[in-house]
Amino acid sequence: MSSPKPAIEVADLCKTYVVRGAATAALDRLSFSVAPQEFVSLLGPSGCGKTTVLKIIAGLTAPTEGIVKLEGHTVLGPRADVGMVFQTPALMRWRTAIENVLLPAEILSLDLRKFRGRAKDLLDLVGLSDFINKLPNQLSGGMQQRVSIARALVHDPSILLLDEPFSALDAMTRNQLNVELLRIWSERKKTSLLITHSIPEAVFLSDRVVVLTARPAKVMDIVEITLPRPRTPDMRVSPTFINLVDRLGRLIGLEFA
Amino acid sequence: MNATGVGQIVKVALSLIVFALLWQAACYVFSVPTFLVPAPSDILLRLFEKGGLYLTHTWVTFYETLLGFAFAVLGGCLAAAVIVVVPALRDVIMPLLLIAQIVPKVAIAPILLIWFGYGLAPKVLIAFLIAFFPVVVNTTQGLISVEQELLELGQSLKATRWQIFWKFRVPTALPNLFSGMKIAITLAVIGAVIGEFVGGNRGLGYLIIIANQELDTPLAFAAILVLSVGGIILFWMIEIAERYLVPWSSTGDANIEMARQ
Ligand SMILES: Nc1ncnc2c1ncn2[C@@H]1O[C@H](COP(=O)(O)OP(=O)(O)OP(=O)(O)O)[C@@H](O)[C@H]1O
Ligand SMILES: [Mg+2]
Repeated sequence: MSSPKPAIEVADLCKTYVVRGAATAALDRLSFSVAPQEFVSLLGPSGCGKTTVLKIIAGLTAPTEGIVKLEGHTVLGPRADVGMVFQTPALMRWRTAIENVLLPAEILSLDLRKFRGRAKDLLDLVGLSDFINKLPNQLSGGMQQRVSIARALVHDPSILLLDEPFSALDAMTRNQLNVELLRIWSERKKTSLLITHSIPEAVFLSDRVVVLTARPAKVMDIVEITLPRPRTPDMRVSPTFINLVDRLGRLIGLEFA
Repeated sequence: MNATGVGQIVKVALSLIVFALLWQAACYVFSVPTFLVPAPSDILLRLFEKGGLYLTHTWVTFYETLLGFAFAVLGGCLAAAVIVVVPALRDVIMPLLLIAQIVPKVAIAPILLIWFGYGLAPKVLIAFLIAFFPVVVNTTQGLISVEQELLELGQSLKATRWQIFWKFRVPTALPNLFSGMKIAITLAVIGAVIGEFVGGNRGLGYLIIIANQELDTPLAFAAILVLSVGGIILFWMIEIAERYLVPWSSTGDANIEMARQ
């Protein structure tokens, strides 16, 4: 995947948090890039600085050093053509599913009448067509996370940032949502950056996996996922898949040793 | 209202009736003088004898209470909004609020009377002063308790301060506002009565003072009864409004259900 302009370019990123005089180095000269329409996962131990990377890319936090470019433009603040999915669904409890999905369109002052149809299609896409008018507390955890994925897509961003979106879900729901995310990605072809703890999840979804070290995060290795596309759930038992999972496991295991 | 709700009301009513009957029996058996502790029958008799009197005085107290409460809610929401939108003012407003809360209202009531006369104003003011604090504290708490990730979503979409306030903070704070209002309404009743105790010639508080001076204890008890029932009705009205306006905070109901089991 060699493109003249990467969709996401992270160069020599350093971040040090200072809280009451005590400095915590979270990132240490981190560099990687994501090509347009590529699916890349960030894999790293807990607390190593993954969320920090995502927040810097989203323009929510400023780096201490280094630079992030989105489609060639240096990130100086938030950009509306980025969609975000968080570890928790982060839905508005007072809004129905479709009203939650419409929130970004509302904030960006887009034509809501036009976007209502789009929001419905997206809820359809995530398998919630029967729950359009339900409040979040009437939905299961997995359904809530689907709503938040639909919400991240409603304003048609070109880049999708996902911060451990499935880590609070049980293994079965997680696998199911992996398949759905894969389907959504292949239909909409967004440049996607996924943070995850789960090696199988990273292998199943990604074109490449960026493996990070423990805090402060550096790039330990970048692993090309050679599984063919389109991917199907039965590939999870293929030798290539198992080999890749094994290899990534060793990388992360090595770091812990 | 569902079957358990009706069942609950029946239970409460039954226990109240049993309590009244025991009271009545005790007064009869020990022949307690009426001016010391009147029997429930004496109180009810007095209530019906002086029906018209109660109606006018109840209306006065009710009016003062509601006015004080309305100002407390308006002022409380405004103060909370200022505290949250202009954090720099927080350190100016909060100490003032705390002082206003800690000063005993009974102690300043006579001074307010000197300043504002014997009419409606001092009663409303005391009701307002006493009911204001829980509204501010609860609403402020609500306005700042928007989920962190939801706020980040707003920021990532470049939401304006205005949008963050109205679309994110205000709806989040509504359940807290209602908790504050429920406390405030009961306090507003107390505030109005304190005002009437100290001076004036109208209201249930005034009626209690007069009844005490004339050793007409059944009249005083009847006034207290009306006051309590009125307070409970006001409280219920806010609870009903909450059910309709904040239907999503039904987790509270679920918690209560669980505590009951
Ligand atoms: N706002 C902040 N202020 C101070 N320190 C912070 C802040 N945010 C994160 N940190 C610190 O930076 C480090 C990395 O945090 P970060 O949330 O990026 O990790 P993470 O890899 O996302 O962890 P997890 O896998 O648990 O989500 C942690 O040690 C954390 O304590
Ligand atoms: Mg994280």
